Amino acid sequence: MDALLLEYLPILIFLGIATVLGLAFMVAAFVLAPSDPDPEKVSTYECGFNAFDDARLKFDVRFYLVAILFIIFDLEVAFLFPWIFPIFEGNIFAFWSMAVFLAVLTVGFLYEWRKGALDWE
Amino acid sequence: MFTAIANWWGSLPAELTWSLATIGQIMAFVVPLLLSLAFLLLMDRKVWAAVQMRKGPNTVGAFGLLQSFADFIKFVVKEIVVPAGADRPLFLLAPLLTFVFAFITWAVVPVAPGWVISDINVGILYIFAISSLGVYGIIIGGWASNSKYPFLGSLRSAAQMVSYEVSIGFILVTVLLMAGTMNLSALVEAQGGGFWNWHVLSLDMLPWPTFLITIPMFVIFFISALAETNRPPFDLPEAESELVAGYQVEYSSTPYLLFMIGEYLNIVLMCALMTVLFFGGWHAPFDFAPFTWVPPVFWFAIKVVFFFFMFAMVKALVPRYRYDQLMRLGWKIFLPTSLAAVFVMGAIVVYTRNAALGG
Amino acid sequence: MLQAAAFYIFSAIAVFSALMVVFAKNPVRAVLFLILAFFSAAGLFILLGAEFLAMILVIVYVGAVAVLFLFVVMMLDIDFAELKAGFAENAIVGGAVASVLALVLVLSGFIWVDANSAQANLAAPTPEGVSNVAALGALIYDRYVLFFQLAGLVLLVAMIGAIVLTLRHRDGVKRQDMHKQVNRKREDSVEIVDVEPGEGIG
Repeated sequence: MDALLLEYLPILIFLGIATVLGLAFMVAAFVLAPSDPDPEKVSTYECGFNAFDDARLKFDVRFYLVAILFIIFDLEVAFLFPWIFPIFEGNIFAFWSMAVFLAVLTVGFLYEWRKGALDWE
Repeated sequence: MFTAIANWWGSLPAELTWSLATIGQIMAFVVPLLLSLAFLLLMDRKVWAAVQMRKGPNTVGAFGLLQSFADFIKFVVKEIVVPAGADRPLFLLAPLLTFVFAFITWAVVPVAPGWVISDINVGILYIFAISSLGVYGIIIGGWASNSKYPFLGSLRSAAQMVSYEVSIGFILVTVLLMAGTMNLSALVEAQGGGFWNWHVLSLDMLPWPTFLITIPMFVIFFISALAETNRPPFDLPEAESELVAGYQVEYSSTPYLLFMIGEYLNIVLMCALMTVLFFGGWHAPFDFAPFTWVPPVFWFAIKVVFFFFMFAMVKALVPRYRYDQLMRLGWKIFLPTSLAAVFVMGAIVVYTRNAALGG
Repeated sequence: MLQAAAFYIFSAIAVFSALMVVFAKNPVRAVLFLILAFFSAAGLFILLGAEFLAMILVIVYVGAVAVLFLFVVMMLDIDFAELKAGFAENAIVGGAVASVLALVLVLSGFIWVDANSAQANLAAPTPEGVSNVAALGALIYDRYVLFFQLAGLVLLVAMIGAIVLTLRHRDGVKRQDMHKQVNRKREDSVEIVDVEPGEGIG
């Protein structure tokens, strides 16, 4: 148990070092570089126009659909990861149990395909 | 002299020596990584230049070898411009997130036997988890800029990255099935003995021709890695001709540099993953004399550099994809193919292992 | 020692960021604090030895669910004045729900008593000689196969539900039809006409 946690501690230290390094880069630029903002410099880039309206606009619902489908398939992958251990031990029941699970989700996948949810317009 | 130092070191509290040793290890990993990144960046530019019959960077240092360092200095002395309507803390947080996440993924990558910062049991899951967070730097950066091009670029990028992550997950499972472990060192260990044992060929699985599965899986992994890291031909989030530079439009100076380093770290990580998963990690192609004299870390590095060269060549040669084609490729071709590969590989492994272990 | 320190740091971050999810004025920042809360929860899982759960929490919740949340929140047109206007009329109902939840939390914290056998029946996250994920793998697909298949069905329902709710086909969109494109023959589209000089194609 402690041995397990000791393996994770370097990651935490690494996280700290990486954060310090990244902050150091930014602080270096704040210190070394000039800072001379003027209204034209800090206006958003719009190919020479002044911005007409707020940039945070509504976007296509399709992006949500992609995100939702991704969650579902990500969960499928999550179920597959621990599966490799019984498979490697030759547990045939576990294999067919996963086969049924995948078959059910493949039905859903085919439904998506037929409905055209995977087509980007 | 040395014994005196050793005695002094031994007299320190164990926690302190352990922490110092760990920090030393991490620095011994980070510094070479950043330095090699500087030269890989140069190599990237040199390869494109060669393909286009140009010379590429050739002024700073011999053959332009110091170009990346000159660029670094230039980035540091440039002004950080924060756009007027931007959400300032988040605007600066985004590149930091990209950088940090790209960095800490490397904690579990074994470059030679025992040369790994953190040898956790679930190394693959860790990489999969942290690399799925890379999308945040991009989304937050695009949103915090409060500018149209960055916002559109970050949306595209998010949808693109998640679409290819699923097939990467399936491919990881396919490879893990052959080794029966999630520890990256053990995964490399399982591929020892010669290049025919590398997972991409996996001739040790004969009479089952599993290379018929793993070779296509490697190709899909390579292409998905391109999409996952927003490299050409899948660089739609930063397509110059339409979105200028995508989510990076408003960034300058070191925040831009952090995005850049993060992006390249991710690319090199993908090369390292291909090496570890498919091409035997630190193992030499032959397990006898002249090849075993070369240190393992050298074999690892040479494989990574080779894949990086492939990344650079793809950027130089292949035209950009269209967005609907990109989505079609990810969801309708890669996803079903890799899912089928998981199933078939699972069947092969479970029945051979069942017979081998006597039911 | 270190373990205890890590526990308190992760817990403190989790509680603080959970509070900030509610109090943050900007919804995008609220989602980002939610992500921080997920992270510290993952850290707590690792402290318990539940490696798999920690990684899955990051992969599924932070890497996927929170991306969806961000998508939703980023395009909301938030009018703060309007939001604040509804506060007074909903305060009573909201306060009632919140106090019931708080009561449940307090009760479970102080009144709840474990059965004597409970400790003995707790499964260890890392059994002797087996890693956490391998131990899970030995159970999910075999002993708990029914729950596993039910989870598959839930995912199927979610998939179909998502499509029924969000899929709208737009009219007048030109799509690429690979099949049609590849099967197009030269004869269908090209005609060779022998044109006499000075006559043109009538």
